[in-house]
Amino acid sequence: MTDAAAPDASPPARAAAAPGRWKRWLLIAIPYCWLLALFLAPFFIVLKISVSDTVIAQPPYEPVLDLSQGWQGIKDWWSALDLENYSALFDDELYLASYLSSLKIATISTLLTLAIAYPMAYGMARAPKSIRPTLLMAVILPFWTSLLIRVYAWIGILNPDGLLNAFLLWARVINEPLYIMNTETAVYIGIVYSYLPFMVLPLYASLEKLDETLLEAAADLGCPPWKAFWKITVPLSLPGVIAGCFLVFIPAVGEFVIPDLLGGSETLMIGKTLYNEFFLNRDWPVSSAIAVLLLLVLVVPIAIYNNIQAREIGDKA
Amino acid sequence: MRKGLSGVNIVALTFGFAFLYLPILLLVIYSFNASQLVTVWGGFSTRWYVSLFHNEQLLEAAWVTIRVGLLSATVATVLGTLAAITLVRMGRFPGRTLFSGMVYAPLVMPEVITGLSMLLLFVAIGLDRGFITLALAHITFSMCFVAVVVQSRLISFDRSLEEAALDLGCTPFKTFFVITLPIILPAIVSGWMLAFTLSIDDLVISQFTTGPGATTLPMRIYSSVRLGVKPEINAVCTILIAIVTTGVIIASIATKRAENERMKAERAAAAGR
Repeated sequence: MTDAAAPDASPPARAAAAPGRWKRWLLIAIPYCWLLALFLAPFFIVLKISVSDTVIAQPPYEPVLDLSQGWQGIKDWWSALDLENYSALFDDELYLASYLSSLKIATISTLLTLAIAYPMAYGMARAPKSIRPTLLMAVILPFWTSLLIRVYAWIGILNPDGLLNAFLLWARVINEPLYIMNTETAVYIGIVYSYLPFMVLPLYASLEKLDETLLEAAADLGCPPWKAFWKITVPLSLPGVIAGCFLVFIPAVGEFVIPDLLGGSETLMIGKTLYNEFFLNRDWPVSSAIAVLLLLVLVVPIAIYNNIQAREIGDKA
Repeated sequence: MRKGLSGVNIVALTFGFAFLYLPILLLVIYSFNASQLVTVWGGFSTRWYVSLFHNEQLLEAAWVTIRVGLLSATVATVLGTLAAITLVRMGRFPGRTLFSGMVYAPLVMPEVITGLSMLLLFVAIGLDRGFITLALAHITFSMCFVAVVVQSRLISFDRSLEEAALDLGCTPFKTFFVITLPIILPAIVSGWMLAFTLSIDDLVISQFTTGPGATTLPMRIYSSVRLGVKPEINAVCTILIAIVTTGVIIASIATKRAENERMKAERAAAAGR
């Protein structure tokens, strides 16, 4: 009798603390399955279509996996796959040039963003505590405004008959209008402008928690301020620098709106090439192959970034 | 960092914030320009705002955008909160690394890739493109942003409150709704707002995943922007900026107030002890 009652004798709180096993699994399963189905599975479909052939049909690719044919259907499907689209990517200079130009533009704009964001974040971290939340808010606010709107705002400024030229001509700084619009310079301005908050926020987070007694100690020991900055502040803010650079670089490589609206036809970027291949040429297999290669280029930075994120959670939890 | 602001810091801050705000400010100012020309100031006028309300296409697109935004933000908030709880509270389980990867990757994934892959999924399973596919795509990328926002709140909160409730015999289910949910509610609300904003702002993913009859406002704006700067577009953008800015400022004041109340209550509780 007592034996049979034993399992129920555990304190009720303990039993309640561990929710039913199936409930726990259900809780995990809902977001897990959603992301598996709508985020991960689509990549395999992209991979599959990137090795299919282009046809003029709906959908515009072949072969389509036909499971009603049974094993024969799978075999036909498998044997018709090839790497033709990938070799096309390497044969045509347009694609390779787009890749390289994307990487170049993303790298340079990440560095430019860092150069503008670091003094800003540093100033914010040194500002009186009372106004810091307001400054932080002021950095975050533009991020809530649509990227499209922010890029559009620059068209009116950079156009040959835009506000910048009107101002500079009026101030007699220049005699001829500057042609910035539809050049790579305009793309740099657009990327730096759009991604600045992503760089400032992690930088500010790491600069704000910097222990000021370290700088005082350095000063007491006769270290000049610039040296203290270089030896103490910069290394301690490095996690913020790294996080910020990833947050700018990765999306910038595949950026579409900025090069499309500001870069004109002469600026090549892979996101734009993919978009045009898909919407203008309706070549789904080739655009899938571009997406796969773009992902391969980005998989290392994304993995590092994910690792940093996950570790940060691990430290705090 | 105690020395306060030096001259260099003030210059850096002024330059930085001018760079961030001047373009938006100019756009807003020129939306009230009476002249059709972008650079010529023809006096103050609200004519472009008036003409907006006669533009059926834009109004229709705005309505689609709002509906997709409300639906996707709400579903994304539920899924994102579940994902955050899974990441912070469920400890180790098989496939945890994959899960956290799937939550963080969409935050930096180039939009063209997300858009293309989702479109190909919808085509592969034979789902007709339109409102539903648009909402599914928006839910998927915005739930990850919600998860990150809620997760940071879950990490920073005091678990002893939950443990106390459980020790007093409260069921886990009830503990969640009585203790956990009120504490993380500000994060959930800002998560919802973020998801809603991301949805109404999105262009690229929408272009890929939409279909006939489901054209959103950013898509309409994009197609007119390609044809050049127009005062009417300035007016639409100004309205969108005004809505988002007001929402964000109200939300941040509300969060701040809730935080202060909570601190006060905690201090009172500590003093009572």
